[in-house]
Amino acid sequence: MSFFKKLKEKFTGNDEKEEVSDKYKEGLAKTRGSFSGKINDLIARYRKVDEDFFEDLEEILISADVGMATVMDLIDELKMEVKRQNIKDSEQVREVISEKLVEIYYGDETAQEVEQLNLKDGELSVVLFVGVNGVGKTTTIGKLAHKLTQEGKKVVLAAGDTFRAGAIEQLEIWGERVGVEVIKHSAGSDPAAVIYDGVQAAKSRQADVLLCDTAGRLQNKVNLMNELSKVKRVIEREIPGAPHEVLLVLDATTGQNAMSQAKTFQEATDVTGIVLTKLDGTAKGGIVLAIRNELHIPVKFVGLGEKMTDLQSFDAQAFVYGLFSDMLEEVNE
Amino acid sequence: MAFEGLADRLQNTIQRIKGKGKVTEQDVKEMTREVRLALLEADVNFKVVKDFVARVKERAIGQEVMESLTPGQQVIKVVKEELTALMGGEQSKIAVADRPPTIIMMVGLQGAGKTTTTGKLANLLRKKYNRNPMLVAADVYRPAAINQLETLGKQLSMPVFSLGTDRDPVDIANQAIEKAKADHNDYVIIDTAGRLHVDGDLMQELKQIKTDVAPDEIFLVVDAMTGQDAVNVAESFNEQLELTGVILTKLDGDTRGGAALSIKAVTEKPIKFAGMGEKLDELEVFHPERMASRILGMGDVLSLIEKAQDNIDEKRAKELEEKMRSASFTFDDFLEQMSQVRNMGPLEDLLGMLPGANKMKGLKNVQFDEKQISHVEAIIQSMTKKERQDPSVMNASRKKRIAKGSGRTVSEVNRLLKQFDEMKKMMKQMTNMQKGKKGKKGKGFNFPFM
Ligand SMILES: Nc1nc2c(ncn2[C@@H]2O[C@H](COP(=O)(O)OP(=O)(O)OP(=O)(O)O)[C@@H](O)[C@H]2O)c(=O)[nH]1
Ligand SMILES: [Mg+2]
Repeated sequence: MSFFKKLKEKFTGNDEKEEVSDKYKEGLAKTRGSFSGKINDLIARYRKVDEDFFEDLEEILISADVGMATVMDLIDELKMEVKRQNIKDSEQVREVISEKLVEIYYGDETAQEVEQLNLKDGELSVVLFVGVNGVGKTTTIGKLAHKLTQEGKKVVLAAGDTFRAGAIEQLEIWGERVGVEVIKHSAGSDPAAVIYDGVQAAKSRQADVLLCDTAGRLQNKVNLMNELSKVKRVIEREIPGAPHEVLLVLDATTGQNAMSQAKTFQEATDVTGIVLTKLDGTAKGGIVLAIRNELHIPVKFVGLGEKMTDLQSFDAQAFVYGLFSDMLEEVNE
Repeated sequence: MAFEGLADRLQNTIQRIKGKGKVTEQDVKEMTREVRLALLEADVNFKVVKDFVARVKERAIGQEVMESLTPGQQVIKVVKEELTALMGGEQSKIAVADRPPTIIMMVGLQGAGKTTTTGKLANLLRKKYNRNPMLVAADVYRPAAINQLETLGKQLSMPVFSLGTDRDPVDIANQAIEKAKADHNDYVIIDTAGRLHVDGDLMQELKQIKTDVAPDEIFLVVDAMTGQDAVNVAESFNEQLELTGVILTKLDGDTRGGAALSIKAVTEKPIKFAGMGEKLDELEVFHPERMASRILGMGDVLSLIEKAQDNIDEKRAKELEEKMRSASFTFDDFLEQMSQVRNMGPLEDLLGMLPGANKMKGLKNVQFDEKQISHVEAIIQSMTKKERQDPSVMNASRKKRIAKGSGRTVSEVNRLLKQFDEMKKMMKQMTNMQKGKKGKKGKGFNFPFM
C-alpha cells in the first residue's frame, strides 16, 4: 500500500483521527501554506527531477529550520531513491519526500505512533517543565492544566520560577483561569523548596497531576543547569519513578540552537518530551525532526496560540500530512 | 556542538590546495560552499546567504584570492570584510526629542524579552545619560506582564505608568505621555505586548499607538536564537511600523546569532544594543564586528578581553596577558589567576565567549561552582613547587600523594591536570588571535582573519 493511501486511511478511518488531522490542518495552515505550497510551486516549475529541482527543495527545507546536516542527508537519500526507482517526473517524487521526512523523525523505530504523556492512573504524576527564557513554559502549563482538567484530572501547579519578575503572579493567573491550585513561595526563594512543597501539597490533596514551572535559563549557564538538576532530584526523592515527564519547551521560531538546548537540557534533566510552541506564527520548527532523530526526544505537544485551548497533541504523521496535505488530496483525487 | 567555525570548515580544502600549489576556480567554488554552510548553520537566512556568497565568490574568483599565496586566509578575510560591511558600524545613540519627553516604543514577538529590555534600557538611560525615564505598562494581554514591569520599576526605583488590564493600550500610551510631561520625565519607554507579525488586529494596535504618540524610537526586540524566520518577522514589523533600530536579546547564550545578519540585511536598521544576561545592568552596546566573528565561529574574544580589562586593573591585565602569552604558564599562575578571573563574573559565561571552548574535551563538562574551585585550589596546594612549575613530572605515586594531601580522588587530580593542559592550549590560541589583531600574523592557520 502506498504511503499516502496509508495516511489517508489512517485519517479517514475513524472520526477521532479525522478531527485531529483537521485541527492540524487548521493550526498548521500557515506552515502548510508556505511549505507545501512551495513544494507544489517547485513541482510545477520543474517537470524534471534534476539538480535545480533538488537545489530548490533544499532551500525550502532550510527555510523551515530543518538544519543543514539533515537537509543534506535527506537530499542525498532522495537522489538515491530517485535513481533507484528511476523517477523522472517531479510528480512522483512528492511521495518519496514526505515518506523520508516521517522517516527522519522516527529514525529506525518501527512503531510510528503518537507519543502520549506518560501519566500514572490513580496515583500522583509529576511533570517538570524546562527550557530557555520566553519559550512558553508557563503558558503551556496553563494550557496543559486546562486540558487535563477537562479530562477529569485533579491538577496542582507549583510556581518554581522564583526568579523572573512577575513569574509567580503569571502562573497564579493561569491557575485562576483554569481553576486549579497553585503552590508558591515568595519571589527569590529556593525553587527546590517550592517544588518540594508542591509535591507534598499534591500528595495531601490527592491530586492526579502536579505541573512544575521553572525559571527560563540559557543552557550554557552551568550553575543554573545544576540548579535544575537539583529540582529534579527533589522530585525523584519524594516520589519513586517521578518526574514522570520532563518536558522541554522549544520555541518554533528558534533556529539551530534548539539542538544545543535539547542536548544540554537532556543531560541535565533527562528530558522525556518536547512541546513545540508558537507554531501559529510563520516559523516551522523544522529542527524537531533532527532532535527526534538524533536525541530520540519525541514532540508531545504543539502550541498554536495564547489561549487555554491552543495546545494539541503532536502526531508526526499528521504533522507531515499537514505539511503535504495539498499534495495528498491531489494524489487521491 | 554541531557547529564548526568557518576556519575549521576551510581546513580540508586548504590542506588539499597546499599540496597542489595552485588555486583553481573549482577550489574557490568549494571554499565558498563552505562559507555558505557555515552561515546557514549559524542561522543566517538562506536568501541573505545567497546574495552574500555571490559577492564573496565574485571577489574571490577575481585576483584577490586566486593569486594569493594563502588563499584560505584570503577567503576568510574577504568573508570577514563583507560581513563587517554588511553589519555596519557601531550605533548605540538613542534619539533625543527636541521637546521632552523622548518616546521609545518596544515591539516584538512573544517571549523575545521586551519587558526585561525595557527595564535595562531605562537603567542604561539613567546610568549613562543621567536621564529620568518613566516606564509604561501597555501589555494588557499576557498574564502578569504589568506586574512584571512594576516589579522591575521597583527594583530600579523608577515610575511605572499603568492603568491595569482593562484599558486599551492606545489609551494607556496616550495618558502615559501626559503624565510624563506633568512629572517631567525626559524619557518614556512603552512596553507593548508580544505579538505575531501576522496578527493584523494587534499590529493595527501598534500602528495606532505610533500615530498617537509619535515615538522618537521604535525598537524591535529580537531573540538572538531566532532561525530562518527572523527575516519575515523583521521585514514585517519594519514595513508596518518603520523601525528605528533593533535590540538583540539573549546573546549571552551559545547561539551563533546569524539572525543579526538577516535582520540587518532586510531592514537596514542598526542593531543598537545586545542583552547579555537577565540582570538589569546586562545591556551592552552592540558591536557589529564582534558579531561577524561570532557568526563565523571565531568566538567573542574581544569581549572577553574587554571584560578582563574592566574588572582587573590595567597593570594586572597586562601581566595576565603576558603570562598567557608565554608558554610557561604554571599551576601557581593558575591559582593566582583563578582568583582574578573569578572577579570577572561567572566562569561559564567567559568560557562561552572563547572560540571552540565548548568543543574542547575536558573543558566541556567543567563545572565552575565555588565548591569545585576550592577543590581545585586544594589539589594545587598539595603539589610540590616542582610539580606546580612543571606538571610533566607527574606520575602515579605523585598523583596519589596529591590526592591524599588534598582529600580528593586521584581521578579528580587527573581531571585537573587534563583541564590545565586544555586551558594552556586555549590560551595559546587566544594569544595567537590577539597577535594577529596587532598585525603580527600568528603562525600556521590559527585564526589569521583579523
Ligand atoms: N503565539 C503564541 N504565543 C505563545 C505560545 N506559547 C506561549 N506564547 C507567548 O509567549 C510569551 C512567553 O510565554 P511564557 O509562557 O511566559 O514563557 P516562559 O517560557 O514561561 O518564559 P520565562 O518564564 O520568562 O522563561 C507569552 O507572551 C505567551 O503568551 C504559542 O503557542 N503561540
Ligand atoms: Mg515562565
